[in-house]
Amino acid sequence: MKVVNMVQSINDAIDIKLGDDPNVVVYGEDVGVEGGVFRVTQGLQKKYSERRVFDTPLAESGIMGSAVGMCAAGLRPVVEMQFSGFSYPAVNQLISHVSRMRNRSRGKYGTPLVVRMPYGGGIKALEHHSESPEAIFGHIQGLKVVIPSTPYDAKGLMIASIESDDPVIFLEPKRIYRAIKQEVPEEKFSIPIGKGKHLSEGGDITVISYGAMIRDVQRAMVMAKEAGISVELIDLRTIYPIDREIIRESVKKTGRVLIVTEAPTSFGPGAELVTIVTEEAFLSLEAPPTRLSGFDTAPPLPKGEHLYFHTPERIFYEIKKLIDY
Amino acid sequence: MFKKYDPLKDKMLQVMDDDGKVIAPAVKPAIPDDELVDVYKKMQFARTLDLMMVSFQRQGRMYTYPPNVGQEAISAAAGKIMRDRDWLVPAFRELGAWLAKGAKMRDVFLYWGGHEDGARFSDAPNFLPPSVPIASQLVHAAGIGFAINYKKEDSVVFAVVGDGGTSEGDFHEALNFAAVWKAPVIFIVQNNQFAISVPVRMQTVSKNLAVKSVAYGMPGLKVDGNDFFAMYAALSESFEYARKGNGPVLIEALTFRRGAHTTSDDPSLYRTEEEEKKWEAKDPIKRLRGYLVSQKLWKESDDEPLVEQYKKEIEKEFIEYESYPAYKLEDVFKYQFKDLPEDLNRQRIEYEKFLNWKEARK
Repeated sequence: MKVVNMVQSINDAIDIKLGDDPNVVVYGEDVGVEGGVFRVTQGLQKKYSERRVFDTPLAESGIMGSAVGMCAAGLRPVVEMQFSGFSYPAVNQLISHVSRMRNRSRGKYGTPLVVRMPYGGGIKALEHHSESPEAIFGHIQGLKVVIPSTPYDAKGLMIASIESDDPVIFLEPKRIYRAIKQEVPEEKFSIPIGKGKHLSEGGDITVISYGAMIRDVQRAMVMAKEAGISVELIDLRTIYPIDREIIRESVKKTGRVLIVTEAPTSFGPGAELVTIVTEEAFLSLEAPPTRLSGFDTAPPLPKGEHLYFHTPERIFYEIKKLIDY
Repeated sequence: MFKKYDPLKDKMLQVMDDDGKVIAPAVKPAIPDDELVDVYKKMQFARTLDLMMVSFQRQGRMYTYPPNVGQEAISAAAGKIMRDRDWLVPAFRELGAWLAKGAKMRDVFLYWGGHEDGARFSDAPNFLPPSVPIASQLVHAAGIGFAINYKKEDSVVFAVVGDGGTSEGDFHEALNFAAVWKAPVIFIVQNNQFAISVPVRMQTVSKNLAVKSVAYGMPGLKVDGNDFFAMYAALSESFEYARKGNGPVLIEALTFRRGAHTTSDDPSLYRTEEEEKKWEAKDPIKRLRGYLVSQKLWKESDDEPLVEQYKKEIEKEFIEYESYPAYKLEDVFKYQFKDLPEDLNRQRIEYEKFLNWKEARK
């Protein structure tokens, strides 16, 4: 097994699918010659030709909308929005067509499309390069929304996403693109969409998170352990459809739950998760299900970033509050 | 033809005058007489169906409907050229093209009668469902065109939009993508003078709409959209051009929506009777009939029995459609995803429980 980071493991997944399905095409802005601004598609154009991996004019709605047509005509496009913050011109296509074509045509045309987007903050970037818009996509009926937190999961989930007959928004936590390396099998494997994963077993409190926040929660857990608190960590891996079962079983056991997301608070993924917790484990609760989310503000530019993104210490503080409730 | 009718010079391709007299024999397409009579009948059928749709709506037997009357020549010409392997990417006001592509009357009734089953067009291959958000379907057409090239297929995409749609960003992205990809797409702009109530002069200061092709490096043609011969000539030239791998074409079909935008619209608020009269004189069915009569291929008196027969057929089909199975709870959920997520299934089950409770209460 090779030790790889998430950039390499996603590249590997796309490479495998380009290799075994001639209907897979990969396109977007700068994904061809350059291999993407984060190099996720590096080398793929060289290997599979400009016919299958190519750059398009700079127009997100054109990229998204043309994929709808390609899907109707039998292709399986994997498109890139260069940053999630630049995806909004394409949101009309997502809401009006990508998510609805199957329903509108009563199953005649589907949209087996993967939309890759680097998302999330903490990389000291310009404006529009730091948002966590997963709630926007999770709210669109007809889309699946996937967010990996490790190179291993990223590969398995990407293969499952390309093989999915339903459209998948694949949000890539850019902060940890190269920050984590692990052993990932070189062969093809997939991880089912819609299934969360226990990253640790614990009895005192459940923490639910995903994406780049997982690493910060794990750091907070070291502090919690020193304070004698046993944390059960769930990596959701899929924002829609959410794995209710894993949440139910865990919260029934611990009675306390903290949800950690970067996304803004109001109407955000935390709200959805708190609802699921109360629906599924109301009678087991010993403290109010709590969300630690982003402020309802624009993510600050680099000089203010440290105030917006949750530190392990802040996460530990919230864990402790719930234990002491 | 593309050179001769350069949109920068604002020339319009026209073959016959308002009475059906051929004024440009050099560009008149050669179509056998019997086929021409068939085209005329199809236009009459589309109009009869269209008018009856409005009347069904007025009777409360149909929901909101966008009338086509006055624009039939465009669909008739596209319909005559399209093959099964070609694609139709519609907006929503091209009924004749739907029928030519293989839509059944039942589909038309179902769709405008408020049932998604109508947009499946089970007997019509390569036909996207109608697209309501203006111009958003044109980028789909570019994508289909890409796929045709990718798979080395012999197909052409017919994509339809209105004059208002040329102001949308997707119109421009679609033209540009299709041009860059050399995609075999014919973009047909039905310039029917109004986007609901807003006249073309408020959409653009371009001298015409076909000229928008120039910036994208593709041919464009401004065509008399009420002149079947002109439309057929323009579309067949574009069809051959696209098919041979030269890329997309933009056609502006100049026409007039003689009816309302939809059955909820009141055109008297934004246009004059005088204007309506002017366009009535240019009616596409009247013009083709004028030609057929002059060639002794048709008699004015042939119209009435033909339309009466169509009315009977349509009425019969409509009555059959009215007994189409009622919308079921399952129909709401079934097609949202290929694999229904458990969570969504839960929502269905919760509603079923309510229905059972309601039933038990009776």
